[in-house]
Amino acid sequence: MSTLAPSRTEQSDDVPVDLRPLRRLKRNRLLLQLACVAVSLFMVVPFYLIAVAAFSSPAAMNEFPLRFLPTAFSVETMSTFLSSTGVGAGLINSLIVAVGTLALSLVVGAPAGYAIARYAFKGRDQYQLFLLFTRALPIVVLSVPLAELFLNVGMYDTPLAVVLLHTALTLPTTILVTASVFLAVPVDVEEAARIFGCGPLGAFGRVVLPLALPGISAASIFTFVLSWNEVLGATILTLNQRTLPATVLSSLSDSPLTFRFAGGFFLIVPALIFIAVMRKYLINMWGTTIR
Amino acid sequence: MTRTQLVREGKRGGRASRSRRLSPALLLISPSIILMLLLFAWPMVAGILQAFQSPDGLGLDHLERMVGDGQFGPAVRNTLLLIVVLLPVQFVLAIVMALLLHQRPKGHGLYFYLWAVPIAVSDLAAGLVWLAIFTDNGYLNSALSTIGVGPVSWLSYTNPTSQFTAILVAELWRATSLVMVIVVSGLQGIPKDYDEAANVFGATYWTRLRHVWLPLLKPSLQVALILRTILAFQTFAVAQALTGQDFPLLVGETYRFYTALQNPNVASALALVVMFVSMAAAFLYLRVLRDGTEGAAR
Repeated sequence: MSTLAPSRTEQSDDVPVDLRPLRRLKRNRLLLQLACVAVSLFMVVPFYLIAVAAFSSPAAMNEFPLRFLPTAFSVETMSTFLSSTGVGAGLINSLIVAVGTLALSLVVGAPAGYAIARYAFKGRDQYQLFLLFTRALPIVVLSVPLAELFLNVGMYDTPLAVVLLHTALTLPTTILVTASVFLAVPVDVEEAARIFGCGPLGAFGRVVLPLALPGISAASIFTFVLSWNEVLGATILTLNQRTLPATVLSSLSDSPLTFRFAGGFFLIVPALIFIAVMRKYLINMWGTTIR
Repeated sequence: MTRTQLVREGKRGGRASRSRRLSPALLLISPSIILMLLLFAWPMVAGILQAFQSPDGLGLDHLERMVGDGQFGPAVRNTLLLIVVLLPVQFVLAIVMALLLHQRPKGHGLYFYLWAVPIAVSDLAAGLVWLAIFTDNGYLNSALSTIGVGPVSWLSYTNPTSQFTAILVAELWRATSLVMVIVVSGLQGIPKDYDEAANVFGATYWTRLRHVWLPLLKPSLQVALILRTILAFQTFAVAQALTGQDFPLLVGETYRFYTALQNPNVASALALVVMFVSMAAAFLYLRVLRDGTEGAAR
């Protein structure tokens, strides 16, 4: 033991190893982690604080230095919010509208995206420009006159009316995003499937769709979220069948702060669940190498 | 016999083969065209008519009412200011976040997940979240009081700068994730060979960023830029939740005219303004970044 140790140091003295690159690498890794932690704090702390606010007793929220730890845990704020008029129905309406929009815009949008990605048809550029144009339209331009139209056909104040409006909003994005997703799937694999005897639909369903699924689910995130987030059109097109954001928005000015905090937290919860469910696809999308 | 051929590169092939390809493509896109014409074209015409309506046929009465309103000037100024300040900061942050993840730090999957979560938060909810932080008895003042500073009325109309900053931070928190995800998927689309080649020839990180990644990210950035600009013009619930009517934005004014003032005509006029400005921005981007689109189309 005692004889070995000096010989080792001797050896390392003889052959000087340049440790600088290693040190630089280690330092860079550390800085990278620090930057990642800093960004994560910016993203996560607001979620934490609104959760603490929503689960503190109203009395604790009246103290001045607010507690940063959930020591005054109470479900009173949340239960007051949930039992308020219109909140439960609003939640159900919101879910119906978001899922309806997701389904309708995928059914109509994904084929169009596929057409853009795979066919050089006459007027493709004009069609894409038309999509961008429709995407540039602010929803208010549609929702005010649409309210009138829906009143005339007896669809005003129904979830279906909001679904149609939201589909009009999300469809261009769905088409453009699915087009880029299908573009990323090499034509070669599809041609190979066709050579081995698949029909157009078979090649699409067996080869293209599995490869495109992560991207399409990312597109669905946008669609679902656009619909779930949309508050202005939903407020204008409905009166009693309000979606949850519309309910919260219209009661914003005459509600106590605790109601608003509980509302803010509750609006986030389905979003958190949704992203958690989609996590596998997010990671998939992350892990997918296109080549 | 009428089996359609898949097109390899753009517009290849003769006139005859193109017309054979026309039908399946048309079949695929026609439902979307029909739906959008029904839900866009008619309401748009009706909206324009609504804005230019007047007691004696067509006129500019509602536009005059809109411009004459005391909140109109501030609303235009605030909307433009928000976009001009928010977007550059947001894109730099999003690109930095995507590049951090691209270095594959330990736990990058978790980071990506955490940073992507705000995507699913509505602008109203984001406003309410940051209200808990910026309100007079909120978490920011609570934190400041422990070091003996404050309290500051961040959201009061007497502090327009801090009002603006609060809205800016809330928007930055909420909407940067969207840009980040677009940039991350753009980075994934870049073949590793280019980066490795640059590495072999001794390019530094900055050179690779400047001459390999950013040029190849251009199509993704263009999509993200157009998307974010159009969405930024429609920002309103964040400001509504944080400051009520104290920080007017264009779409917030539309909401106020439709609901509080029950004046759909002026609401339509305001919406037209938002529409023209955001369309002008989209066309401008397309013109300036034209070569990017051709790259995106393969």
